[in-house]
Amino acid sequence: MTTFDEKYDFTAKTKRNLAILLVAGVVLLVAGIFTTQGGGHEAAGEHAGVAAAHDLVASTTMVSEGAAETGAAHHETATWLKRLIADLWINNMFFVGLGIIGVFFFAIQYASQAAWSTGMLRVSMAIGNWLPIAFVLILGVFWIGKHDLFHWTHEYLYDPNSPQYDPIIAGKQPYLNLPFYLARMVVFLVVWYMFFMYMKKHALAEDLEGGVDHWKKIRSASAWFLVFFAVSSSMAAWDWVMSIDTHWFSTMFGWYTFSSWWVSGLAMITLLVIYLKEKGYLSIVNANHLHDIGKFIFGFSIFWTYLWFSQFLLIYYANIPEETVYFVERLTTPQYRWVFYFNIIVNFLFPFLALMTRDSKRHMPILKIVAIIVLIGHWFDFYLMVTPGVMKMEGGFGLMEIGSALIFLAAFLWIVLANLAKHPLIAKNHPTLEESLHHHI
Amino acid sequence: MSGHKFSVGIFDHEDKVKEAVKALRGEGVKIEEVYSPYAIHGIDDLLGYKMSRLPIAAFLFGMTGTSLALFFLFWTMGYDWPMIIGGKNFASLPPFIPVTFELTVLLAAFGMVFTFFVASDLKPWARPRIFDPRITNDKFAVVVAVEHNSKPQGEIEALMRNAGAEEVNEKTY
Repeated sequence: MTTFDEKYDFTAKTKRNLAILLVAGVVLLVAGIFTTQGGGHEAAGEHAGVAAAHDLVASTTMVSEGAAETGAAHHETATWLKRLIADLWINNMFFVGLGIIGVFFFAIQYASQAAWSTGMLRVSMAIGNWLPIAFVLILGVFWIGKHDLFHWTHEYLYDPNSPQYDPIIAGKQPYLNLPFYLARMVVFLVVWYMFFMYMKKHALAEDLEGGVDHWKKIRSASAWFLVFFAVSSSMAAWDWVMSIDTHWFSTMFGWYTFSSWWVSGLAMITLLVIYLKEKGYLSIVNANHLHDIGKFIFGFSIFWTYLWFSQFLLIYYANIPEETVYFVERLTTPQYRWVFYFNIIVNFLFPFLALMTRDSKRHMPILKIVAIIVLIGHWFDFYLMVTPGVMKMEGGFGLMEIGSALIFLAAFLWIVLANLAKHPLIAKNHPTLEESLHHHI
Repeated sequence: MSGHKFSVGIFDHEDKVKEAVKALRGEGVKIEEVYSPYAIHGIDDLLGYKMSRLPIAAFLFGMTGTSLALFFLFWTMGYDWPMIIGGKNFASLPPFIPVTFELTVLLAAFGMVFTFFVASDLKPWARPRIFDPRITNDKFAVVVAVEHNSKPQGEIEALMRNAGAEEVNEKTY
């Protein structure tokens, strides 16, 4: 019988590796900023060319975003700084998703009284510790870069006397205004974190006291959390991601973003479990448990594709200019077109074919590769949601994107592993632990 | 169909069935089938069953559905009777995807069910072999085809009795 008191040791070697990752990210980011800045001067010289390209997109899509977009507001921020803000926002969105999915996964296991996942609960719980960091980063980046990220934050759009008055955006003012927006942002992140702290407190108390009282408390909190999360995750997706393309809207968007978060969160949990197993921890998690989480990644990759396709097909078929502009921007520009196709290949075709057989879900090396690629793929999904809307024709993919993603990854893993090391890796008094030990499929 | 002789061991507990399976297989006896009122966990491992090849059949049936759907849609909409719908190309992939998906799932599901029926002797023309009616109530049965084994029938039956069989009957089908 294995011992249930094992604790993860956040070794100096792991810390050093993460620090190297962080430094590599900073170096790449700085190198990226310098190269982008060089390119930025050229672009300023060829200003007429960029503006012409804008007009081309605008005319092909027949949407009159022109006046406000190519107006004076466009040149307040240097290209590199704007791109940096966009990159920070991509990573903010991607990693806050991973963090909240840690809590969501935890809650779902309690609400459904699942036993197969009991060995992974502490990993999922550790991921939730990213939330307070995400709170600070999201509010900070929003405050600094709100005019660059979100077109609707400009005051003049709402002034009927202004030449840049936009009746469409002004019509959205009851929902899209700064005080209400910030209130939603703070409420969502704070309530998510409070639910997380409550569940974590009881999960740790259960280790000491045993019994089923704590489990029952977490279970009812989970149910409330899931109800709240169902609404708040959709609204967060509209607010934080969809409102970048202020004129555009999609009724599928909340679910779509959630599915992207959910698959990446599952991939992150899988990856951490496999990492721990390779280090010799978590022997209670065996091929049967990995098989189940592999099925989750497989199934929800298809779910993501289903939502992606539902959103695309309806817009493609209805062919309404105010809707198609979103895909025209992404499909007619050389710097985003490849990401668009790459997104489907990496997030659908690859996990679909790679995880189809039973054996591939039970083999750690295959599962590890798929989890890493799915994580990269969904990062690109967020890239595709954020960058074209913020940067228009000036965006691209290069060292800045890689560097900023590495910095976030290193920080995220540091927080998660440091918190993982604080508590026992196995919830030894969990009511379904015994059932989990006998799990066999 | 006549003249195949079977030894049928009747047991009253799943642990005894597991014991019998272990003992028989340990002596190199091939087991025809084990019957139980409910699913016994881990019995497939003890019986040394290889992984089912049903998923492969499902995949092939599914691919058949995919190809059929795509072929038919592109042929009708793009070649045989081209029509302009919503200003799209004659043969444009996105609107074809839902139909392709449905046909893939349909053929995979039907194909899998029929394959399963044929593979597990549930085909309409199959003659049912009822070794003992009590296996749907409270008894377990381990069935060994005598002709498939080099061991004499007496030894096989002795192994079953040692493992806790209540009775060992002989059946011919």
